[in-house]
Amino acid sequence: MENANLKLHYNVDKKDFINAGEASSSVKKVLRKLGVNPECIRNLAIAMYEAEINMVIHANGGTIDVDISPECIHVVLSDSGPGIPDIQRAMQEGYSTAGDNVRELGFGAGMGLPNIKKYSDDLKITSEIGVGTTVEIKVNIPS
Amino acid sequence: MDKYFHSVTLDKDLCKGCTNCLKHCPTEAIRIRNSKAKIIKELCIDCGECIRICPYHAKKAITDEYEKIFDYKYKIALPAPAFYAQYNDVNIEILLYALKLLGFDEIREITVGADIVSAKTNELLSSNNIEKPLISSSCPAIVRLIKIRFPSLIPNILPFQSPLDIIAKKAKFETAEKLSISHKDVGVFFISPCAAKVTSSKVPIGIPESYVDGVISIAKIVQEIAPFYSKLTESGDDFSQSTASGIGWAKSGGESHELHSFNSIAVDGVKNVIKLLEDLEDDKITDIDFIECCACTGGCVGGPLTVNNTYVSQANIRKLIKKYQREPSCFNCNEEDVSLSLSIERDTILKLGSNMSESIKMMEAIDKLAKKLPGLDCGSCGAPSCSALAEDVVKGYAKESDCIFIYKEKLKTFMNEMNLLKE
Ligand SMILES: Nc1ncnc2c1ncn2[C@@H]1O[C@H](COP(=O)(O)OP(=O)(O)OP(=O)(O)O)[C@@H](O)[C@H]1O
Ligand code: SF4
Ligand SMILES: [Mg+2]
Repeated sequence: MENANLKLHYNVDKKDFINAGEASSSVKKVLRKLGVNPECIRNLAIAMYEAEINMVIHANGGTIDVDISPECIHVVLSDSGPGIPDIQRAMQEGYSTAGDNVRELGFGAGMGLPNIKKYSDDLKITSEIGVGTTVEIKVNIPS
Repeated sequence: MDKYFHSVTLDKDLCKGCTNCLKHCPTEAIRIRNSKAKIIKELCIDCGECIRICPYHAKKAITDEYEKIFDYKYKIALPAPAFYAQYNDVNIEILLYALKLLGFDEIREITVGADIVSAKTNELLSSNNIEKPLISSSCPAIVRLIKIRFPSLIPNILPFQSPLDIIAKKAKFETAEKLSISHKDVGVFFISPCAAKVTSSKVPIGIPESYVDGVISIAKIVQEIAPFYSKLTESGDDFSQSTASGIGWAKSGGESHELHSFNSIAVDGVKNVIKLLEDLEDDKITDIDFIECCACTGGCVGGPLTVNNTYVSQANIRKLIKKYQREPSCFNCNEEDVSLSLSIERDTILKLGSNMSESIKMMEAIDKLAKKLPGLDCGSCGAPSCSALAEDVVKGYAKESDCIFIYKEKLKTFMNEMNLLKE
C-alpha cells in the first residue's frame, strides 16, 4: 500500500487560557473523520490536551506538529519556555510548580505529565533550561 | 423500517432554500441543493432544531394521526409529563379524563416509568464497576448523537430503557393479559413533545422492538381536547399515579434531581450537550457520577411539538411538583423489562474513506481546498461552512465552483480570456 501521511501544524498562543485546547480538539475532529478507533482518539486527545495546556501555563506557547499515518499518531510540541530542570521529578504524580493564579483555574494538580504517560504509547521529553521543552507523544493505531 | 427513518422531514413546497436551518443544525446534517433544503439522513438526530428555526414552517415532524387509535380494540394513552405543563393550574385528573373522552380506554402515565428508572439508576450508581459518569438514556436525540459523534462514550450510556419504552411494554402486555385479548389488539399511543420519540418508536436503539404503536404530538392533543377541556370540572375518577419525582422529569434537572446522594449535572440544548460531551471525552470532566442530557432547551417541556412557552411550562411543572408530593408506588419489574437488551452500535458515518490511507488522502485534499475558500461560512454554496463544502467536494457531493467567490474568480479569468481573444 502507498504510504499516506497527514501533517498538521498549529501555533499555540502564550497565556491564552480561553482557547487553549483548540489544537487538540481540532486533531480529534480530524481523527474522527479518518475513522480512527474511538479509544485511540480519546487517548490521543487527552494526552495532547495536557501537553498543550502545559505549553500555555508553564511556557510561552509554542508550536505543535502532528503527523498521522495509518499506523500511528505522532505529536511534537515545542516551546521556548523556561525548560524543566528535573524531568523525572516533573513526571511524578502531584508535582507541580503552578502558581496560585493558575491553580484557581483548576490547573496545577501535577497530573498532566503522568496522564500523558498513561494515555500514550510513547512519551519523550527533552528540555534545556532557558531554551525550551519538546514533548513527543506517540499513540499507536491498532490495525 | 428503514434504518435511517426520520420523523423530521422537509415540505419541499414550503421550503424557500434560505440558509436558516443550514446554519442552525447542530450536526451539520443539512445542505441546500437546487434551492431546497436536504436532510442528510445518516447525520440527522431528530432534535427538531430546524423545525423551530424555519421561518416558513417547511420542516415538519411526521407523527401519527389521532384517528389511528381507532384501529385498535383497546386504546391506551401514554402522556409524557410535559403534556401536563401545557396548562396553567392544571388538574391532572381532569386532563387525563379529557383523554378518555377523546376515545382512550385507559391512561398509563410515563411518570411511573420515570420513577422506575430513577430507582434503578440509584441502585446502579451505588454499585461498583460501572463506567462513570453515566449519561441518561431517555432522550433519543442524545443517544443518536452519541452513536454518531461520541462513540467512545457509548459505554457510559445508562443501560436502561427510557420511561416510555418501559411503560409501553407494561401497558401492552398487562392489559392484554387482564382482558384476555391479543396484545395486538391493544394500541399504545404516546403523547409526545418531540420528533425524536417518533423516530425511536419506529427505529429503537438498544431494544429489539418498541411497543409504542403510535406517537401523537402534544400540540395535536391540545387542539383535539380544546373544545371541551375547559368545560370539564370533574373527572369522577382518581386515576393519576403521578408523583412529584416523575413529573419533574418533564424539565431539565428533573431526572438528576432524583439521584440525591450522587454528584450529577443536567445539560439541556443540543449545542450545550455537544460541548459537554466533547469535554467529557477529553477527560476534562471529573468527579461527576451522572449526566442528564436533554436535546431541548429547558428539557422536554421545550420539545418542538409542545405549545406552551418553555419557561411558563417549567413554572407549571414546579407547581405540580409541590402538589404531588407522594411516594412512588412499588412496581415489580423484571430486569429484562427495564434493561437495554441490545448493545448500542457505533456509527461510522463520519469516516471519509474506506480505509485509513484513503481517508488521509481525502483529508489532505480537504485541507488544501479549505485553505482556498474564503472562510466566511456564508452558506451560499449550500453547505453550512467553508470546511463542510471542502469535505463535500472531496467526497464528490458538490463542486468547487458552488462557492460564489471561486465562481466569480473563474468567471473573471474567463472574461479576461475572452477579451484577449477579441483583441
Ligand atoms: N512545557 C513546559 N515547560 C516548562 N515546564 C513544564 C512544562 N510542562 C510541564 N512543566 C513542569 O512540570 C510540572 C508538572 O507538569 P504536570 O502537567 O504534570 O502538572 P501541572 O501542569 O503543574 O498540573 P496539571 O497538569 O495537573 O494541571 C509543571 O508544574 C511544570 O513545573
Ligand atoms: S429533550 Fe425530551 S422533548 Fe427534547 S428531544 Fe429529548 S426526549 Fe424529546
Ligand atoms: Mg499540566
